[in-house]
Amino acid sequence: MKDKNEMMLEFESKSQNESFARTVVAAFAAQLDPTIEELADIKTAVSEAVTNSIIHGYADGGGIIQMHCVICNDELTVEIIDKGVGIANIEKAMEPLYTTRPELERSGMGFSFMEAFMDDLEVESAVEKGTLVRMKKSIKKSDRQSGIKQEARQKV
Amino acid sequence: MQEAKKYNKNMQGEGDKGAIYEVYERCLIIRLNEELDHHNAIKIRERADRLIDRNNIKHIIFDFSGAGFMDSAGIGVVMGRYKKVIFIGGRTAVANVDSTVDRIFRLSGLYKIIEKYDTVETALKILHQ
Repeated sequence: MKDKNEMMLEFESKSQNESFARTVVAAFAAQLDPTIEELADIKTAVSEAVTNSIIHGYADGGGIIQMHCVICNDELTVEIIDKGVGIANIEKAMEPLYTTRPELERSGMGFSFMEAFMDDLEVESAVEKGTLVRMKKSIKKSDRQSGIKQEARQKV
Repeated sequence: MQEAKKYNKNMQGEGDKGAIYEVYERCLIIRLNEELDHHNAIKIRERADRLIDRNNIKHIIFDFSGAGFMDSAGIGVVMGRYKKVIFIGGRTAVANVDSTVDRIFRLSGLYKIIEKYDTVETALKILHQ
């Protein structure tokens, strides 16, 4: 029996909404009972993807960003979607430290952080059409619970 | 105790939504009071650079006690300030970093070029040597 939940959020491509998106994904992920670290991982990955849509996708212009989240059993899938300029060379864009906006002091680490903090990362993009970043993370609550039970047994 | 009094007397506080700025001799202290993301980074960069140029700043200390989150935009703003003062032999430090923020700094490798201290006071003492 699959435990499933889903949500969709749309917001304007404005930097003040980065914090808003982080808060929403954290609130939605809370039902998986994540650790503080897992929550920070998810928030950071989402922050990176949303920032990319604002800075690169819409090049600081207007546009709508969508955040689509699905929970299926213990796995959270987050999709950040924009209808901006798209990525011509995805492989190059995902190279660590590569950035097309060095004048903004972009570190070029966005994708590296997304890959480090999430279990899975997929990027779909077409020039002039937009970009979809799909990230997945399993919140292994059952592992943690059995770990605690084991510890309790050992102490007794 | 004497040292703390001396520190307070020389403080010039300037506030902005993203952070509070203090200048102590040639040190700029940036006390973050918001999460350090792209949105906040823009404000901090502009404000900090103006103060650095105006006050002939040599060292920079980022106080993270008011910021429990940072993403790669924060790395960019810290690195950008480091690059600005390194040419005059200036040092860049971070203080009051919690475990979440510490992880980001460690992952990015930034601890190779910036210094971490427990408190701003410790950082000030060491940077002034």
